[in-house]
Amino acid sequence: MTSLFDALLLQSGYNAALVAIGAALLGFAGGAAGTFLFLRKRALVSDAMAHATLPGVGLAFILMVALGGDGRSLPILLAGSAVTAILGLLAVDWIVRHTRLPEDAAIGAVLSVFFGIGVVLLTVVQTMSAGRQAGLEDFLLGATAGMLFADAMTIATGGGLAVLAVWLLRRPMTLVAFDAEYAASLGLDTRRIDLAIMALVMAVTVVGLKIVGLVMIVALLIIPPVIARFWTDRSGRMIWGAGLAGGLSGYLGAAISASAQDLPTGPIIVLVASALFFLSLLLAPVRGVLAALIRHLRFQARVHRRQGLLAIARGEPIHDPLTLRVLRREGLIRPDGVATDAGRGVAAKIARDERRWDIAREVHQDAGLTGRYDGLTPIEEVFTSDEIALFDRHLGAPRPVRG
Amino acid sequence: MGADFVQFSLTPILIGSLAAIACALPGNFLLLRRQALIGDAISHVVLPGIVVAFLVTGTLAAVPMLLGAAAAAIVAVVLIEAIKRLGRIEPGAAMGVSFTFLFALGVLILEQTDTSSVHIDVEHALMGNLESLIWFRAEGWGSLFDPAALAALPEELIRLAVVALILSLLTWLFWRPLKISTFDEGFARGLGLPVGLIGFGLVVTAAVAAVAAFDAVGSIIVIAMFICPPAAARLMTNDLATQVGWSIVFAVLSAVLGYVLAGYGPLWLGASNAVSAAGMIAAVSGVILALACLFGPCRARVGVGAG
Amino acid sequence: MDAATLSLATEAGRPPLAAPAAPPALAVRGLTVSYGQSPAVFSVDATFPAAAMSAIVGPNGAGKSTFLKAALGIIPRLSGEATVFGRPLDEARDRIAYVPQRASVDWDFPTSVLDVVLMGLYRRVGLLGRITGSHRTTARDCLVRVGMADFADRQIGQLSGGQQQRVFLARALAQDADLYLLDEPFAGVDAATERAIIDVLKGLRGEGRAVVAVHHDLSTVRSYFDHVFLINVRRIAEGPVATTFTAETLQQTYGGRLATGHVAELAGGIA
Repeated sequence: MTSLFDALLLQSGYNAALVAIGAALLGFAGGAAGTFLFLRKRALVSDAMAHATLPGVGLAFILMVALGGDGRSLPILLAGSAVTAILGLLAVDWIVRHTRLPEDAAIGAVLSVFFGIGVVLLTVVQTMSAGRQAGLEDFLLGATAGMLFADAMTIATGGGLAVLAVWLLRRPMTLVAFDAEYAASLGLDTRRIDLAIMALVMAVTVVGLKIVGLVMIVALLIIPPVIARFWTDRSGRMIWGAGLAGGLSGYLGAAISASAQDLPTGPIIVLVASALFFLSLLLAPVRGVLAALIRHLRFQARVHRRQGLLAIARGEPIHDPLTLRVLRREGLIRPDGVATDAGRGVAAKIARDERRWDIAREVHQDAGLTGRYDGLTPIEEVFTSDEIALFDRHLGAPRPVRG
Repeated sequence: MGADFVQFSLTPILIGSLAAIACALPGNFLLLRRQALIGDAISHVVLPGIVVAFLVTGTLAAVPMLLGAAAAAIVAVVLIEAIKRLGRIEPGAAMGVSFTFLFALGVLILEQTDTSSVHIDVEHALMGNLESLIWFRAEGWGSLFDPAALAALPEELIRLAVVALILSLLTWLFWRPLKISTFDEGFARGLGLPVGLIGFGLVVTAAVAAVAAFDAVGSIIVIAMFICPPAAARLMTNDLATQVGWSIVFAVLSAVLGYVLAGYGPLWLGASNAVSAAGMIAAVSGVILALACLFGPCRARVGVGAG
Repeated sequence: MDAATLSLATEAGRPPLAAPAAPPALAVRGLTVSYGQSPAVFSVDATFPAAAMSAIVGPNGAGKSTFLKAALGIIPRLSGEATVFGRPLDEARDRIAYVPQRASVDWDFPTSVLDVVLMGLYRRVGLLGRITGSHRTTARDCLVRVGMADFADRQIGQLSGGQQQRVFLARALAQDADLYLLDEPFAGVDAATERAIIDVLKGLRGEGRAVVAVHHDLSTVRSYFDHVFLINVRRIAEGPVATTFTAETLQQTYGGRLATGHVAELAGGIA
């Protein structure tokens, strides 16, 4: 346990601290950038880009060795991955624009083909004498153990720059993501901002390769926005919420991973993010599953109660078992299904409200009103008491309901 | 094309082709249902499936591995559906959440257990080892008629042949319900067809194909074959049956060409070592798709469309 | 307009309590559907007569299509049940032909016009039965009836909106049903197509079949339909067009959305 606290407080060594800070920054930038993808329903485009980094890593390595180096420079490997990631993105866009294939097919095709080419290049690298210790496989799943100080610095710096870019671009990107036409009317070049968003996504992907690996890096772009969506409907808050969720996942994940052996950083970060996701899915106040379930059951009971009372008011028999149960629970009918005095009273009121509604729609002829005549909204919520009194003058005295 | 070919290349080529066919068949319908990436998600979660199966049974026997992988695929599909419905999350994001979560779980469990004595590792799961599936007992074409040699065929070949056959039969048997429910879900429901069940059955079938294929060829080929041959085939024709036919042609072509290029291509270029066959097969399928995108007779959206 | 006539109009809209001699083509009791927090269709009873053309009429978002789909079991109901010719829905599937909204399918699907019409024969041909020449002849006959005979081998993506609607109708004709349920069959189609479709539908009525259509064009209700069902989340009124499609019921259905003069004109001056 103490080792976990040490790691959380950045006391597990200089590299581990740098990785944790880098992962937090990366998670924050990933969450914010991913929000834009999520809102444009293009979450999985990032997956195509992530897989498309692999051939770039291989090519950069081969190129460095061919030029006489040892091929281990992280910045150059990352630059190579960025080049093929961009090619992958362009390929997805080209297929969608010029053929009849839908975007998901384009994403899947680019993802698998680029990854296949990357694997071919990896086998080429393995046959090179310098390639045996290259550790390029680490880019698949991420590996922070035994990372060089310079690499940790690169990641922390990259993460910091990505966060800075998010902050600088936050206003134009929010505008474009929510209302591209309005943004254009303000004179913003939406295409360039779109490109900036994709560049940010690519930056997060590339910087994250070494920590999380290309198979799972999309988690940092996809999961945090989904978490944030559960807690807010507002655009600005969603960006920062997603950034927070991503940053927290990155920081906690890196720290937990540094606290013990056999806890690989990438999967732990993804699992922390997943845990936050499942908690949100279950417990979020409005969109959460529990809240929705309670709401649905209440709603269903309201519908059945109302339908049952209308049937009582019309003197029709009730057959639906749920309706009977709901009415019985409230003491509106007796166990044998006959309405009680209380039931008849409520039914009479509902029948009167129905007639009031009929009049209201005639008197007001208001388009906004018709939609609220849904059978459930109490009339008192829509009209003032003197308006209702007016309807009642049209109606005459309330009529009793037969049992 | 002698004894060496039969011994070292025939079975990998056949296995690659059968795996490609098994994936391309359901891939056609997934493509038309805008579910192409289900194949991607399924092949990612195969890893946690086999890891858990290994932990439970302690062996690397084929049957528990396959069952574990199939179970994981079904868990993934149910999870995606649940997240989509319960959280009202768009399908792409739901898929991304599900498969990264399950994949991370698989990697973590793998790292936590001592699997050094056995051969499961992530690279194997991603890339397969098609090259190693050789026919040891074969001494030439004559071995095709030698019962003893036939009995020693790699079990992956038999397994994939069976799976490909079952998938072909299922596609033939359920052709009409599949076609109608894919084209017009509302009409299919009006006919009283169990549309939800058909969709789930399709995904489970795809999972079975992915699981059977991935052990031999790795998940890259699986994803590529789910998507690339059907997508290229869609650009060749406007008839569903013809599309499925083309997709099988493209799948086999990718497998054969990819294997040959991976095995012999480097030699032609003067290098001494072969490269990954699985990766090359995926790359060839990509080239075929690119050609179809550029020259396929039905590549463009046409007509006035729905308005 | 005084309170007495208002309340009379409402009372007239109640469902008939005595069951008619022949079972209605489609009867729905207590149907409620919800897409979340408020009902899209609330506690609706409706009865559509056999051998007649019925329109489901109401403003946008009033639950017309939702009502039809839920009655057919295409989308889940919160409560309620439906019968077709007096039988439970699942026993009467063979007697129903459903024509979905044109926009609900992917017209880029790789298939031909004739193929789509052949889908209508699915229940008769079964899972594996062979499509024979006589099936193709049936399908082509259906295309002739909607004026699309020359388009049989066209890829469906090449059709205009009106042609797509005709293909859907031809597929329903191939089903040879007794009850035709159409969701907005005239939405976004050209005048020639509208003419062709209404002729086919009237032909079906002439053969003693029932037609129920979700309809949005108030100006044609009187000339096209015999029976009308007015809905706006709740059931507003139903009955023969001549007595039910009145200024009062329209006003109740649409609220202030229709100018009073316009309503009177639509309702044919009956009041």
